[in-house]
Amino acid sequence: MSASVLFDAPGPRGRAVSAVGNVVAALAVLAGLGWLVSVLAAKGQFEPSLWQNAVSAEAWQFYYLPGLQNTLRSAMFATVGAVVFGIVFGVGRLSRNRAVRWISGVVVEFFRAVPVLLMMIFFYMFFSAQAQWIADRPFAAVVVALVLYNGSVIAELVRAGVGNLPKGQGEAGLAIGLTPGQTLRSVQLPQALVAMLPAMVSQLVVVLKDSALGQFILYSELLRSAQILSAKEQNPLQALVVVAIVFILINWLLTVAAHRLARLLSSRTAGETVEGTGIGNPTAVGGFVGGGPGPGAGGGGGV
Amino acid sequence: MRKHTMGLLAMAAASTLALSACGGAEVGGEPAGEDTATAGGDTIRIGIKYDQPGLGLQDGDTFTGFDTDVARYVANELGYSEDQIEFVETISANRETALQNGDVDMIFATYSINDERKELIDFAGPYFVAGQDLLVAADNTDITGPETLEGKNLCSVTGSTSAENIKTDYAEGVQLVERGGYAECATALASGAVDAVTTDDIILAGLAATEENAGKFKVVGAPFSEERYGVGLPDGSTETCEEVNAAITKMIEDGTWEELVTTNTEGTGYTPDADLNPPTVDACE
Amino acid sequence: MDDFLAGFAELFARYDVLGAFWVNIQLTFWAAILSLLLGSVLALMRISPIPSLQWAGTAYVTVFRNTPLTIILTFMYLVVFSQLGLKLSDDLETTFFWFAVIGLSVYHAAFVCEAIRSGVNTVPVGQAEAARAIGLSFLPAARLVIFPQAFRGAIAPLGNTLIALLKNSTVAAAASVATETSSLMRTMIEFRPDLMVAIFLTFAIGYVILVIPIGVGTTWLSQRLAVKR
Repeated sequence: MSASVLFDAPGPRGRAVSAVGNVVAALAVLAGLGWLVSVLAAKGQFEPSLWQNAVSAEAWQFYYLPGLQNTLRSAMFATVGAVVFGIVFGVGRLSRNRAVRWISGVVVEFFRAVPVLLMMIFFYMFFSAQAQWIADRPFAAVVVALVLYNGSVIAELVRAGVGNLPKGQGEAGLAIGLTPGQTLRSVQLPQALVAMLPAMVSQLVVVLKDSALGQFILYSELLRSAQILSAKEQNPLQALVVVAIVFILINWLLTVAAHRLARLLSSRTAGETVEGTGIGNPTAVGGFVGGGPGPGAGGGGGV
Repeated sequence: MRKHTMGLLAMAAASTLALSACGGAEVGGEPAGEDTATAGGDTIRIGIKYDQPGLGLQDGDTFTGFDTDVARYVANELGYSEDQIEFVETISANRETALQNGDVDMIFATYSINDERKELIDFAGPYFVAGQDLLVAADNTDITGPETLEGKNLCSVTGSTSAENIKTDYAEGVQLVERGGYAECATALASGAVDAVTTDDIILAGLAATEENAGKFKVVGAPFSEERYGVGLPDGSTETCEEVNAAITKMIEDGTWEELVTTNTEGTGYTPDADLNPPTVDACE
Repeated sequence: MDDFLAGFAELFARYDVLGAFWVNIQLTFWAAILSLLLGSVLALMRISPIPSLQWAGTAYVTVFRNTPLTIILTFMYLVVFSQLGLKLSDDLETTFFWFAVIGLSVYHAAFVCEAIRSGVNTVPVGQAEAARAIGLSFLPAARLVIFPQAFRGAIAPLGNTLIALLKNSTVAAAASVATETSSLMRTMIEFRPDLMVAIFLTFAIGYVILVIPIGVGTTWLSQRLAVKR
């Protein structure tokens, strides 16, 4: 897609107007920032010690890095679990057995509709009361909640991935004498999974962001570690800025990776490789999955 | 094509596993994980707060505060050396469960003795008597007690009933703000967005005494409840309870208690209620 | 069983479950409107001929799409309330409600923007070329030709964003909104831990009931309004 078809290249007058606009807008943004900085400074939020304590070697060694390790750990476990859950229930939804299809559908729709935070709080309280043999209950609650939700999303990706393959793929499988199950396993699913990989990497962004909800049940993830740091240094705002930057950097790298992967893999599957939206609600079969500079639907390429 | 796909998936799975194999990290660098889940052997696992300056606070790889100092003293008396103590974070909502499961052997975490909790666990002590109070800006003169909070903004932490109590018992028109940690209350108090912070007086004193807050706040000094901090023990630990009580009594008699209170509340102008402190321990059940 | 039902009835008499859902619905409603407006402006910026606007729109989306919502909502408390001292009402509860609405809007606007851009992708090139051919400049072309078609193509992803928004409204607790569903569910479970599964299912089914019509509705709408080509 190229934006340039939307408008003529600006002429001398247009360029002049936009240059003036740029200056005005830049001044307005600067004025806003200046106001923000002056208020924060007046309230003492630019005390050097507050910021030094938020980025000190000690803060990284004893607070952020262990917290980040826990964030990544919960995200990794959740991703592996979600992929397994997603493939099982995604294939379940494609099953030729009506009961299996129906049950998979109910499970997937249910866990896609329930807010992750509600699940985390519930599982945390449930494990504390009923499953006390679990040593790290906040961790377990975070992972289970993330697996159920993201697994349901991946199940939809699997279903959409198979549904978006050209019909000929399935027909070809049947034509060479494979059963429908074999066709699904050895022709459609492998291609669908390749097509899905970028979307799964995008889903990792969702998992990472949602793992921060672990803070609500005091799982020692990155956000919680910043909270403990700020109990000592009394700098909640500064510590939160550091944590926000860490999250943005990691997630941005993942988004870029998903984008690269989508281009890289597009030759390896008959399906469309699409990135996820990063919000975790893919459209159902046949719909347009995506966001980002994805491919346009409809012949001839979109605007 | 198929082989290729599986190769990719295997690669993704392997890297995921490799990343997750590094295991859990306790914020603070304490060893953690499934293998240390049960108490026993040569170490003692003590539950504390990690986020209350002056009482139980994670400071790099060590822990500071009155609760942790008392815990060290008591553990010493029970025959554990400093390096045999393992501190574990126990949040308020989870203290009984942690004891019942054996996640920890004992708890020193601003743990008020009450009958409801006694049904589930045992208490030794008390080793300190605190009271609910208010923290206000150093130059504030119009807030002198809970009944003067009408129309004011009051901050406390999520899950604590102390703010709710003020609303029902003293000032119906108080507006409540709930946050995840006291530091978030303190910044709002410093900037004037809230008028007061409430919880037990010794916690407020610790908050006021931190380096960044020094000189900004004062504890009102009119406590309106009695919080008797005990040592949480698993149900049926009468023997340990006797030992802990003996240690606490000794600590009070040899002057250590006085010393620990002084060093941990230094610079706050806070002195514990002398009528109630130092307390005498209750008989073990 | 009778005990169970009696306990359940008592819980509902004591706690305002519908009221809590109503708070989340209101949060969602206002945040949906605000984020749609903000997201449309961002989308317009990203497809505009002015490089600085494109850059600003892209930067916004990159930053807010990659930040956990909890952090954005905590910033609303730590910066906007605590430091800037903005109070939208004398009543703190109302103030926090609107802070949560703003925080939710700021976050979801990034996704609305991307949804609309994906809608723009469904508009054939010829439409834009035709608009230019009849002499429309960028804004009139966007307003009269591109956006009306793009919105129709974006209904499905917009619906997904709306569902995400409804569910994410539970995170408003991070902006000190204490009356919404996740906080209430926690309070109720603490009060009657023996009924926790039933309490959770009540809230979960409440969300299923709210989410499914949105999904069905937007799918129906997107098919009905799809530009036939």
